[in-house]
Amino acid sequence: MIWQIDLAVLVLVVICAIGALAVKDLVGASILFGAYSFLMCILWAVMGAVDVAFTEASVGAGVSTVFFLAAVFRTSRRSKD
Amino acid sequence: MKLISLALVVLLGGLFMAATADFPDWGDPASPASVHVSPRYIEKTMEETSVPNIVTAVLADYRGYDTMFETAVVFTAGVACFLLLRRRDPRPGPERIYRHQATGVIVEMRHKPAKEPAGEVFARIDDDWVPHDLIIMNVCRLLIPFIQLFGLYVIAHGHHSPGGGFQGGVILGASIILLALSWDLRTAMGRLSEAATGLMSAVGVFIYAGVGAMCLAMGSNFLDYEALGPLMFVDPVHARSLGIFFVELGVGLAVMATMVLIYKNLASEGRLDQGL
Amino acid sequence: MDMAQYIPVLLTKYNYWVYITLMMIGLWAMIAKNNLVKKIIGMSIFQTAIILFYVSIGAKYGATIPILRHGHNGAHEAIRTVDYINPLPHVLMLTAIVVSVATLGVALALSIRIHRRHRTLEEDDILTQLREP
Repeated sequence: MIWQIDLAVLVLVVICAIGALAVKDLVGASILFGAYSFLMCILWAVMGAVDVAFTEASVGAGVSTVFFLAAVFRTSRRSKD
Repeated sequence: MKLISLALVVLLGGLFMAATADFPDWGDPASPASVHVSPRYIEKTMEETSVPNIVTAVLADYRGYDTMFETAVVFTAGVACFLLLRRRDPRPGPERIYRHQATGVIVEMRHKPAKEPAGEVFARIDDDWVPHDLIIMNVCRLLIPFIQLFGLYVIAHGHHSPGGGFQGGVILGASIILLALSWDLRTAMGRLSEAATGLMSAVGVFIYAGVGAMCLAMGSNFLDYEALGPLMFVDPVHARSLGIFFVELGVGLAVMATMVLIYKNLASEGRLDQGL
Repeated sequence: MDMAQYIPVLLTKYNYWVYITLMMIGLWAMIAKNNLVKKIIGMSIFQTAIILFYVSIGAKYGATIPILRHGHNGAHEAIRTVDYINPLPHVLMLTAIVVSVATLGVALALSIRIHRRHRTLEEDDILTQLREP
């Protein structure tokens, strides 16, 4: 547990979260959410929660991004806010 | 509206931040969460179950009842997606579109043909069709068997390394989703049909509950794998290790099938004819 | 100096503050965002922030990952609790992540159904459509 790495990743996580909510293009928002999940996975690996990090890497960064993309592709891509 | 919600959220966040003053320090080994229940698991797991990965042992053995219903929730979510989205009316527009392989001529058919033409002469394509990339298709075709092998390894080796039924199941499901993305949904449906995914997710939950019920039939408590020792000719400690493995198999099967089921319904809006 | 006494507090508590910031970002998106997919993204951010908080409860300085050291012949050395990270929050949150992706699927399925009926995902447009007879 090195607090410098931890703080850097935490700042990136917050930036990705704000970015995913601020982008008007929903495909871009889905991809940024995938990046957010992967950074979260790094954070858990740094904390020593290897099983949780593994789950998040396969579930959050992999499958849920694909779910978002599928739903956005079948509905509308533009968002007003 | 936005200003009111922002003010509320900032107020709530400020209250939470003030409450952190009472929290134990971050990473403190003597924090209340780390001194009460978990030392028992850390000290006894190895001698009681012979599983080095404490997370797997607690997940499938000590708290097996909890995990069984988590699996049931995943199964229920898959069923809910199916019930919400699945529909059988055909898409408006031409029923089938084919491309003549030799000349590239596109043929649209109003009605479904009685017999599918041979794939070498006419290839069926989607109406929101994008040209398939040869490199992506073949790289994915080469990669998918190894992804599935890795998924099986993750399920089977969850006792000794990070991993287990949930992670392995998601990786196996993701390999099928990769096939659907890189080829098309019909190819993936040919490998794993809708009925197969529904059946597999139900069978996964059934395996989990069945292992528990078998312990009950052997005269012990529900999900107490020690009772399975005489059936498998091993001592009680190894019986618990093997019981965890069977349960993880059930979890992997259920999670994999549910992921594929949800993806298929989302990507084709419930028609299961053409995906992304 | 007066400031020096706050530095240890900062170092031991800054993680919690970032978790709370993330949680509030998610909550704000759930309340104030207009698009349904954005609301679902906000819900997922809220969820992961709570999971992050739970996992961080189990962290211990000077401890290793919760996989016990073991030999091939079944022999193992004495196990000390302070050497291993608390595994209990990991177990609870691992299942929560998988359940969260399954419920995410249901939420997206619901939004596809809403789009099928109203042809839009914007909350205010749906509300005006519902008010008109």
